[in-house]
Amino acid sequence: MAFLEIRNIQKSFGPAQVVRDFNLGVESGEFVSFLGPSGCGKTTVLRMVAGFEEPSLGNILIGGRDVTRLKPNQRNIGMVFQAYALFPNMTVAQNIAFGLKVARAPQAEIRGRVDAMLALIKLPELGDRYPYQLSGGQQQRVALARALAPRPKLLLLDEPLSALDAKVRVSLREEIRAIQKELGITTIFVTHDQEEALSISDRIVVMYGGKAEQVGTPFEIYNRPATRFVANFVGTLNVLEGTVMDPAAGFVEVHEEKVSLAGRLNGAKAGDRLSLALRPEAIALGRRPGYDSSLKGRIGEVHFLGSVIRVRVELGDSVVSLDTFNNPSSPPPAVGDPAEISFSSADVNILH
Amino acid sequence: MKRNSLWSWIVLVLAVLYFALPLIGTFEFSLKMRRGVYSFDAYRVVLSDPRFQSTFLYSVTMALCTIALGIVIVVPTAYWVRLKLPRWRPIIEFITLLPLVIPPIVVVFGYIRLYNTSSWLPLTGSAWGTNVLLAFGYATLSLPYMYRAVDTGLRAIDVATLTEAAQSLGASWLTIMARVILPNVSVAVMSGAFLTFAIVIGEFVMAALLSRPAFGPYMQLLGANRAYEPAALAVIAFAITWLCMGLIQLVSRFSKVAPARI
Repeated sequence: MAFLEIRNIQKSFGPAQVVRDFNLGVESGEFVSFLGPSGCGKTTVLRMVAGFEEPSLGNILIGGRDVTRLKPNQRNIGMVFQAYALFPNMTVAQNIAFGLKVARAPQAEIRGRVDAMLALIKLPELGDRYPYQLSGGQQQRVALARALAPRPKLLLLDEPLSALDAKVRVSLREEIRAIQKELGITTIFVTHDQEEALSISDRIVVMYGGKAEQVGTPFEIYNRPATRFVANFVGTLNVLEGTVMDPAAGFVEVHEEKVSLAGRLNGAKAGDRLSLALRPEAIALGRRPGYDSSLKGRIGEVHFLGSVIRVRVELGDSVVSLDTFNNPSSPPPAVGDPAEISFSSADVNILH
Repeated sequence: MKRNSLWSWIVLVLAVLYFALPLIGTFEFSLKMRRGVYSFDAYRVVLSDPRFQSTFLYSVTMALCTIALGIVIVVPTAYWVRLKLPRWRPIIEFITLLPLVIPPIVVVFGYIRLYNTSSWLPLTGSAWGTNVLLAFGYATLSLPYMYRAVDTGLRAIDVATLTEAAQSLGASWLTIMARVILPNVSVAVMSGAFLTFAIVIGEFVMAALLSRPAFGPYMQLLGANRAYEPAALAVIAFAITWLCMGLIQLVSRFSKVAPARI
């Protein structure tokens, strides 16, 4: 049994069902991200785990114990909020000590734990400051220390980086991951930022319409999206429409060229329309050894991004984006030039 | 532009004269107790009057009780309405405004009718009971000011998130209220408290009709029987009110440098 078990939970607010039949098992020490657009139900699931919302149906078990009906203050869960939520009337040290004081820990233990937490978040000299005297990044690190101080069984992070500027977000997410690994604490991280989720998670739950669309490692989510939504939501994606020509041989016609998808058509019949998805980095401009499929078109747009050049190739009425590395000795292709793109049929994802 | 500025000055001077002249006149009259010279004799007489001391002490005690009662009633109510019952806010606001439109004399007659010696709860039958009744009456009178002050204070903090943060750290409702919410609205509570203090010190109708030895009835009694002392008393009462206003300003200023924002 997983450390955190979410079993068939549903949540409705009046007539609106915001979470539908959600199941998930999170192993001890795992870092799982809930990724999805606004309103997909990711925060509601997190709030149900925290105890701030009660599921309409289903159960939540932590360490084998059913906590579904427990109050938030009985669950021993640490939580970090988007809005920091530091207590404005308390210093940084008092904020960190709050959970321990509530638990009536001995003074010596509180002092030691506060010092350890301040060292962990690399702000040992700021214990006497008030929250309003700190930057956003510092406040969020203090919020993390406060959540971790009482040694919770589970850490919940509700879009903790959303209110920060881009540079701080990157450094803080790495810091959060490092601290999580150091402490080995089971963590759920809610975000709508795919880069954040891909970069720090052991597994990602992509959510849409109150359901888990796909659960997998960042590699699986990015490279093997299970649904059209996941494919579109995570990363940039090119979608080509194709028609099944020969189901037995696995041939699909795409823009009058034949693409072999042998063994992957899953019972499709001749004449069926298929959506084929390709990541920009899986497509090469020109023929490349090892790439078994190619399509002819014309250069539509060229965007010079420094180390990378993003090229849009027009294939009839569709446009395919691809990235090539900048080569100082050869200029980028010109708009309007004929172009041939190639890719490996193994990199093609058939969207359902 | 210049013309506008001149008119502004004229209006300001007229307003200052309108408010200040009666006060200056009263103050000047209060200094005339000794024939031919200005003196503080009236103040000396008033301040050394045992009835002044006892009624003032009574009203201060009642004010403190009223403030405590107001905090106990208003802070949890305003907090709960903000946290769990936001739809009820207009209704609660309307209820808290009622003391402004219902005259105190109506309220106190209602009290006397409900809590007289032949009623099921004969509070007016004893001094202690009447004091309790008066404190509740004062709390009702100060409700519009106290509720608004506390509600404004709560608006300045993220009540829901702070509550959830405290809950996730294991805090009970009592701990959240005492250690998170109340300290963060303390400046607002102090503002409400000083307004309550000023209202209670000068209140006449309720105290007089409930026959309690409060400062308001004493002022009225003195005003009916003496010449200079009531003027001195009016200046003293005014000074107390202004002191309260000054203290509100002072604590509000403290709030700008103290931690009060997230």
